[in-house]
Amino acid sequence: MLDMVTVVDVVLLALLSTTAVAILIMRHLFAVVALTGAFSLLSAGLLVTLDAVDVAFTEAAVGAGISTVLMLGTLALTRRRESRPPRLSPIGLLIITITGGALIYATPDMPKFGDPNAPSHQHIIPSYIKGSQDDIGIPNIVTSILASYRSFDTLGEVAVIFTAGMGVIILLGRRREDEHGYSEDGAAYPLKDKNKPKINDETST
Amino acid sequence: MRHHLVLRVISKMLIPFILLFGLYVQFHGDFGPGGGFQAGVIFAAAFILYALVFGDDQARQVIPDKALILLVPLGLILYAATGFYGLILGGNFLDYNVLLDSPKAGQHIGIFLVELGVGITVAAVMISIFRAYAGRTRAIDDEDW
Amino acid sequence: MLAAILDHYNYWLIIFLMMIGLYIVVSRGNLIKKIVGLNIFQTSVFLLYITIGKVNYGTAPILTGQPETFSNPLPHVLILTAIVVGIATTALGLALVVRIRESYGSIEEEDISVSEQFQAESEVNKISS
Repeated sequence: MLDMVTVVDVVLLALLSTTAVAILIMRHLFAVVALTGAFSLLSAGLLVTLDAVDVAFTEAAVGAGISTVLMLGTLALTRRRESRPPRLSPIGLLIITITGGALIYATPDMPKFGDPNAPSHQHIIPSYIKGSQDDIGIPNIVTSILASYRSFDTLGEVAVIFTAGMGVIILLGRRREDEHGYSEDGAAYPLKDKNKPKINDETST
Repeated sequence: MRHHLVLRVISKMLIPFILLFGLYVQFHGDFGPGGGFQAGVIFAAAFILYALVFGDDQARQVIPDKALILLVPLGLILYAATGFYGLILGGNFLDYNVLLDSPKAGQHIGIFLVELGVGITVAAVMISIFRAYAGRTRAIDDEDW
Repeated sequence: MLAAILDHYNYWLIIFLMMIGLYIVVSRGNLIKKIVGLNIFQTSVFLLYITIGKVNYGTAPILTGQPETFSNPLPHVLILTAIVVGIATTALGLALVVRIRESYGSIEEEDISVSEQFQAESEVNKISS
């Protein structure tokens, strides 16, 4: 059953893994952010092959678009390089070996990839698909579940977005740094300063 | 980025189409892929592109901060109000069947309003998050990147 | 043999991605790198959910009037909202990083704890003198 979808799926997952390893190794944060954008775009492609078109749409707009811009904005306010060289963390390796081992040990119990008889497709889904046609009359089943069957859930999600937005506004405010004199040494790059160090700011701390 | 002529011209051409596409995704979300979440993000992306190319101050004239701060809760309130309106008409909270005469029409208008609320809040939150960051940096010299 | 691998290939690689994200969070001291690691972890959880929802020879869950097999739409709904919530919370995390940089002058975990210690000591000295 080596059809086209499977091949694309295998290749995209391999590319995703490569990108993740590259993100792990890179020290230049600008490159890390660029690779994060690529990671999101690749995962959006993978989501299309897994039939989740709505999710892929969102991931492409959010992950590759907005999130990259926000990360670059943060870099402009902070710094562009990790100052410590990467080294092996024994505790980290221990944690991921135990966790990953436990998860892989559990995978044979999972339903096979694409199995139509998997338990998750049996419960309420057929009635959602039927109801979307008969009761609601909206072709996009995802929209009818999102906005009608599970709208209380979505109300909560919108409230979370609202709260996070308010949090950012409170934390970063609408203060401009040149209007309020906040100390240059603790601040981001003193951008107008011509004597500033070029990229080698890891020595400045 | 004031002197990048190509960027300015191209983004001036692109922004109306991005906004139009955002509206299409918002109101066609019942029939194809799309909905409030995606449309809000796309709408915000158009404004962020404008702010990146033409500067933050000019972008603040398009949507003033005061209007933006009102739009953030407006979407959430619209969502919740749709729910309470159903409650007043004798249904359950967020029960759209009672909104209009026939249940199907009620579902359609309910989903429309709810998605609109989601779109407004998501777009406003994304733009104001971007502004919170942009308001802190001065314009970056080209050779810095 | 190949079929047996393909049955669980998605799960394995998604677990691999998750573990890379977790390792970045645990081992790297740079706060932006940590948030990138969290993002990788988050995306791999999204992929895990959508993988569970995939049905062989299914299509995207949009009704066309013909009888068809659809992939499971419920994980799509959950993940769709989770992505947008994820970017909002990521922005909150990045905002915290910016504030930390302003107060401590660094976004490296070790520098922050050193300057925290230094501050505590100088306060103790102030009180004792």
